[in-house]
Order: sequence, then structure tokens, then C-alpha cells
Amino acid sequence: MAAPEPEAPAAARSRAKDHSPWNWLLFIPIVVPLIPVFFNADSPRFLGFPRFYWLQLAYILLGVATTTLVYQMTKKRAGTPSDGPGDTAAGDR
Amino acid sequence: MWRDHLTEIIVFSVLFLLVSGMGFVAARWRAPKDMAHLDEWGLGGRNFGGWITWFLVGGDLYTAYTFVAVPALMFGAGAAGFFAVPYTIVIYPLVFLVLCRLWSVSHRHGFVTPADFVRKRFDSPVLALLVAITGIAATMPYIALQLVGIEAVLKTMGVTGESTLARHLPIIVAFAILAAYTYQSGLRAPALIAFVKDTLIYIVILVAVLYLPYKLGGWGEIFDAAEAKFDASPNPNDGITLNADNQLQYVTLAFGSALALFLYPHSITGVLASRNRDVIKRNMSALPAYSLLLGLIALLGFMAIAAGVKPLPGSKEGTVDSNTVVPVLFDQQFPDWFAGVAYAAIGIGALVPAAIMSIAAANLFTRNIYKEYLKRDASPAQEANVSKITSLVVKVGAVACIVFLDPQFSIDLQLIGGVIILQTLPAVALGLYTRWFHRGALIGGWIAGMGLGMWMLYQIPNAATGRRHFGGSAFPLADFGFDTPKTIYVGIVAVLVNLAVAALLTVVLRAAKVRDGGDGTRSDDYFADEGDPRVVPGPRRDADAAPEPVA
Repeated sequence: MAAPEPEAPAAARSRAKDHSPWNWLLFIPIVVPLIPVFFNADSPRFLGFPRFYWLQLAYILLGVATTTLVYQMTKKRAGTPSDGPGDTAAGDR
Repeated sequence: MWRDHLTEIIVFSVLFLLVSGMGFVAARWRAPKDMAHLDEWGLGGRNFGGWITWFLVGGDLYTAYTFVAVPALMFGAGAAGFFAVPYTIVIYPLVFLVLCRLWSVSHRHGFVTPADFVRKRFDSPVLALLVAITGIAATMPYIALQLVGIEAVLKTMGVTGESTLARHLPIIVAFAILAAYTYQSGLRAPALIAFVKDTLIYIVILVAVLYLPYKLGGWGEIFDAAEAKFDASPNPNDGITLNADNQLQYVTLAFGSALALFLYPHSITGVLASRNRDVIKRNMSALPAYSLLLGLIALLGFMAIAAGVKPLPGSKEGTVDSNTVVPVLFDQQFPDWFAGVAYAAIGIGALVPAAIMSIAAANLFTRNIYKEYLKRDASPAQEANVSKITSLVVKVGAVACIVFLDPQFSIDLQLIGGVIILQTLPAVALGLYTRWFHRGALIGGWIAGMGLGMWMLYQIPNAATGRRHFGGSAFPLADFGFDTPKTIYVGIVAVLVNLAVAALLTVVLRAAKVRDGGDGTRSDDYFADEGDPRVVPGPRRDADAAPEPVA
């Protein structure tokens, strides 16, 4: 059955609030990819890709870097080593 | 004819049968003691960790139809089709915090659908019903579109026939199998199959984007070939970059689609099935791996131009089925066995989202229509049962859409689906942050947004297909009386009007002292995490009904 994982002792610490100044960083990868003047051009080309394509693909890295940073900076501290290994998506980046 | 594609058909069939077997076995994977509960059947026990959630939500959001239609759009229109990339970048930071709040409040109260949340937050069965109906209406054509993805593959393999029945028989069989294992295993089936699907897709695409440019003379050549094609075409709005007129459409479409994506019931189902808030946050960083994949897949459309691909003819005389661009490209450029693997990836890629979508639609019906209006005291086992049967009905409906209606109709409906699901934004997404809106005002806003969105979509013709209405989502601003050739995404305009009406009516209704509902949630519900005394995974927790007799 779907028994709760044994690794969930931190019951009392779950009251963490969402508020953190780091969260404001999330606006960067929301706003920047939506400004056409930055990416809407052919040159310079990179590996044959016009700027339109390589820059928008590079924005993926911007998004990943920002969400990772905000997650690391806002996650609960003090002896909560997030989750058990092997079942985390941390290695996907 | 199909005999030329025998290897492809065999590889496709073997892989397809393999995952079907997995779908049935999935019921025993991480098996609960009691499957007869909506949390188990419909949400996989609410206990998926980071990896499973990554595969599940990735397999859910990036559907087979996307993999077929986005390169088809690039093939036809060029840069405008690339909106899928900014769209899937912007989405994750946008919902990074929102989804955590939704997860927390849903786990505290045992919500299964977004409409459950609206019901409790605004104390309004009517508003919840509107949200549920909107969700079902937006999801149904989306399921049907997954069939369009499979059909494009089957067509390329020559598996087609003269009569309506012969042409659709493979799809009917495929969906019957899908329906059977979804019925049995619930959300566990797509979660398990997603592993195979995504592994296949990643392999196929990596091979394609490394090998095809090498064969076609490099990326530079590919983009030049695309540019030459668009320069020669009479359409002013195609090209390998945007022009002055369609930039606004491009960014509003990307942003509007991002806002809509996590309002779709099937996305929320995937998120609610995760184990805790950390799983969600880590996935917001990990899911963009799929966006990279999608960007590369989009460029397959340009590779098809460079390779001189001719799409197969459409269902009517003189038309072409542009969705066959990618399958034909693989057929031409790769050995048969590898093309077979690629087709299987697309075919299986259709099954995962189709299963999740049908589960999500079934849950909406069960929780917000059946339990609310038909049988108030339904037990968890009855709920699970109704959901299972509804998921079958939903799939039969989707197949019927494809068999009896023009597939174009499903595409139109899906276009409308994106616009209408956005109209639940004030109640669902803003509702997670504020209870300021009056429930009556939200209903008024929904009506206004729906009405305007439908009217705008109706006004849009499509020159390419010769249709006068529902021809696309780019609305010419000139129709509003502005002196400009620019176009804008319908959904954004509709949801802005929706918000404005909701805000205005809230002020008016408050001033008139019209009674508002209560609020069944507390502010600390929105921060609760796994391990909270009131957040228990699995079927033991139940907010309203009698608890299950489980230790």
C-alpha cells in the first residue's frame, strides 16, 4: 500500500512560508524570453543557427538556472536533506 | 502501400504491444492495499517522487500531437511555429510558486480537481461547475488530437483503407487497449509507460538532430533552405524570423499558452500526484529538458524543407496533411527499423497524455458533477468506480470525434480549448492568492471572457484553407478599430476582459451588499507540506466523507 515514506519526520517544520526576496528573480525568465527585439534577427549565427533560434534555445538555460537558484536559496534549511536519493529529479538538470 | 513499410510496421507493433503489457502490469506497481479510491486510481496514491513526476508531467505536457504539429507549423509558417519554445520556458518560473500552493491546499483538503478547490474556496457549486465543464470541454478535443498524431504515423506506414471503418480500425484497436489498461491501472499506467515513451523520444530526437544535419549539409544549409522556401512563398507572414506584424501575436501566444497550460485538468492531475512541494519545485527546474527537446523537434520542420519532403495528401482532394511531414521525413532519411522506432515513439507518445487527460476529465465529472449533483453521499469506492467508467466514455467520445467528424474539427476545438481554459484563470490561479473576488463577479467575468473569446475566434478566417471562421488564434487588431496590421492572441484579450469584468463586478456587488460565499480554506493551508499532521498521503485522509477503515 502507499505507506508514507519513512523519511518524513520533519512534521513541524512544514509551516515554511512562501515569501522570500529570491522569488523576485523568477520574473527574469518570464520577461526576457518575451522581448522580441532581443532574439528576432538572423545574425549573428552560431553553429549555423540564426540568432532567433540559438538565443531562444539558450533562454532554456536561463530558466533552469533561475528556478534552480531560487529553489536552492529558499528551500527549508536545518537538517532537512530534502529527500531520499535516487528518487530526486536533481540529477536531471 | 503498406508492404513497403513492413519492417516499420513490425517494429511499431512490437513496441506498442510491449507498452500495452506494461499498462496492465502497472496496477501492481507501487500497489496500494485498496485501489478503489480516487486518490489511488486517479492520482496514483499522491505519492510520486521526483523522477516519476518528471516523466509523467513531461509525457503529459509534451504530447504526440505537439511533436507532430509543431514541426508541421514550422514547415508551413517558419519562425511563428517556434513560439512553443518561449512558451515552455516561461511556464515554469510562472507556476513555480503557484503550483506549490495548489498542491498544499489540495492535499490538506483532499481536492482531486481544480474545481474542487474553487468549490471550497469560493463556496460556490455553480462556479465549480463552470470550471469543471470548461475543463472537460477543453480536454476532450485534446484527447482526440492525440489520435491525429497516431493517424499521421499510420498513414505514412501505408496502414489505411478505402472505407471509413478500415481506415480507422487500427486507431480503434489502439484506443480500446488504452481504455482497458487505464480502466484497470489508473494513473499508474501512464506513469509507467511514460518511462518508455520518453526514453524512445529522447533517443530518436538526439539521433535525428545529430545525423540529419550531417546528411543535409549542416545547420546553416538547413536554415538557408527554409529561408529560400519562405522567400519564394506569397504569404507575407512566413519566414525564418518574425516580421513587424506578427511579433505581438508571437509573444502573446507564448505567454497566453503558458498561462493556460497548468489550468488544464491533466497538468494539474500530474502535479497533484507528486509526493511533496520539493518534488514540484525540482521539477520546475528539470522539466525544461523537454523544452530543449521540443525546440529540436520543431526544427525537424526545417529539416523536412531542406530534405525536400512532400507531405501526404489530406482527406479531401487537393489538400495536404501537413501533420505527415515528420513521419515522411523519417521514412525518407532513416533505415526502416529506426523509422519504426520513431513511429512507435510518436504512437506511444499519444497514449500517455490521452490516458492522463481521460483520467482528469473523468475525475472532474465524478467530483464536481456526479458527487455534487447526482449522489452527494458517494463513497470513495463509488467515486473511483464512476471515474473509471467515465474515462471509458471519454475515450469512446474522442474516437467518435475522429471517426465521424473531420479531424480539422478537433483541431479547431483544441484551438478554442486553449482560449476557454484560460477563462478559469481568475478563479483557479488568482484564487490561490486572494479571496478578494466576489464569487458572482467571477461567474460574470467567466461569461464575458468566454463570449468575447468565442466571438473573436469566430471572426478569424484562414486564407490557406479557405475557411471563414475559426481559422486561427491570431486576431487582427484592426477589427477592434486600431489602425494597424498587427495581430494578437485571442486568449490574452479574452482573459484580460474576464479579469476586468470580475474586478468591476466585485466592487459593484460589494457596494450593493450582495451576499458572498464563505471561504473553506485557511491561509496556512497554502504552505502545508508532506509530514504535516493534516497532510497524509494515500487513502486514509478524507476531508468530507467518512474515513476509510484502514489502519
